[in-house]
Amino acid sequence: MKTLVWVEHEGGAVKDATLSAVTAASQLGEVHLLVAGEGVGGVADAATRIAGVGKVHVADDAAFGHALAENIAPLIVELMGHHDAFVAPATSNGKNIAPRVAALLDVMQLSEILSVESDGTFTRPIYAGNAIATVRSKDARKVVTVRGTAFEKAARDGGSGVVEAVASTGDKGLSSFVGAEIAKLERPELTSAKIIVSGGRALKDRPTFEEVIFPLAGKLGAAVGASRAAVDAGYVPNDYQVGQTGKIVAPEVYVAVGISGAIQHLAGMKDSKTIIAINKDEDAPIFQVADIGLVGDLFKIVPELTDKL
Amino acid sequence: MKILVPVKRVIDYNVKPRVKADGTGVDLANVKMSMNPFDEIAIEEAIRLKEKGVATEVVAVSIGVAKAQETLRTSLAMGADRAILIQTDEDVEPLGVAKLLAKVQEEEGAGLIILGKQAIDDDSNQTGQMLAALLGLPQGTFASKVEVADGSVSVTREVDGGLETVKLSLPAIITADLRLNEPRYASLPNIMKAKSKPLAQKIPADYGVDIRARLETLRVVEPFSRMAGVKVADVDELVAKLKAMGVTA
Repeated sequence: MKTLVWVEHEGGAVKDATLSAVTAASQLGEVHLLVAGEGVGGVADAATRIAGVGKVHVADDAAFGHALAENIAPLIVELMGHHDAFVAPATSNGKNIAPRVAALLDVMQLSEILSVESDGTFTRPIYAGNAIATVRSKDARKVVTVRGTAFEKAARDGGSGVVEAVASTGDKGLSSFVGAEIAKLERPELTSAKIIVSGGRALKDRPTFEEVIFPLAGKLGAAVGASRAAVDAGYVPNDYQVGQTGKIVAPEVYVAVGISGAIQHLAGMKDSKTIIAINKDEDAPIFQVADIGLVGDLFKIVPELTDKL
Repeated sequence: MKILVPVKRVIDYNVKPRVKADGTGVDLANVKMSMNPFDEIAIEEAIRLKEKGVATEVVAVSIGVAKAQETLRTSLAMGADRAILIQTDEDVEPLGVAKLLAKVQEEEGAGLIILGKQAIDDDSNQTGQMLAALLGLPQGTFASKVEVADGSVSVTREVDGGLETVKLSLPAIITADLRLNEPRYASLPNIMKAKSKPLAQKIPADYGVDIRARLETLRVVEPFSRMAGVKVADVDELVAKLKAMGVTA
């Protein structure tokens, strides 16, 4: 099976989620990549070095500059003329683009796959991760998005892919990029962090959240996450949210501070290697999944922990 | 301008789904069902656009079992003007739903179609994007803000790193994310009024599209569950455990 993986990139670098998608694709067959964007020569070079890749199709055009699905989907559909499967990372861009491709190909997509069982059979989470379905696709071609935490990342080096320029399918004139407010992070990105410190509603307000959580995260070199309740209450921006409708994470260590452990939140972090919970309510559901729990007042515990580490 | 809002009847979001012992799916017998929460947000946004004078009519449409009428009545009670039920006992996949909705749009000619970004049962997150593809229309997915002006719509989207704004020509497809709005509760008088609002009954065959399933679910299992670990007495014990794991500043 010949697969085409859409390469998500930012600031001239291939994003981690793409590397997980490459691993998933390699379990289906030959891996070819698509790098689309404006001025993407550097990304294309980096893509050729990813372990195990064959051709790297490169479409360099302003129309692809902001990953607008209206412009990128027709380009992918063209390339799918000689590929059997389309694979995208299940990031916000991947989730935006892949179903548009699937419908144009008249294929039913499999979203957020967790494993490749055989060419046409995959597992994926349903009901916010409360059940795992094994699903077989009857379509001749496959379209899948890949949950990054479920697959190892392909190595960034060791590959010897070959760049092949592809003609632009142009700007469809349906949509345009206006602007973005992307948070500048001084800390590691949530989805690739080894350690995450997350705060919940118990953090009271924005200044308190920052005062309690940030120093601990800083000391551990950790990313900062939050529960939906904390995001809805305005303690932190939406991109901090860990959970079914936020980010799905699986770090080495996840520290949940003042998070009760709603199903929605657990769905986003329960694959973490070690979960540490700090909560004043000893019956909080978070303790049912935590490897190490500490019951008590987080406003005393967290500063003390930060100090003693 | 008319706004079309597709809605889905799903397990209530407060109910913990239970996997059937025979592994064929999730047990929905005698389980509380409600409107998909993201679809409620979509309906709310459409009604607000009507209240602002941007839209003139809000049409809710659902594809599903006879009881999906209740979901449509909820939409009508919130403020939708009329509803369409495409009744079927089959589970229609997102691609099939998108094909039916594309036909509905051909008849309705809506200026905006607002959907929930995903349904909380199959978590596919596909229908809006697929509908946009089939209709050749632009898509503003995961919307947290929608502004219609001068024949176009600006959509602020929740993306991985923060927020992004795109401008789309009309007609356009929008999918609602959590923070687009807070849906209203239907008042009792409005629930009563909704009973007399028009609800058209259709079946998939009326639209002449192929909605046969492309996916076959082989089995459904409980996820790997974690065991509760140990509780430590104080910070010193926690620090010792962390150090033993190699987690230090």
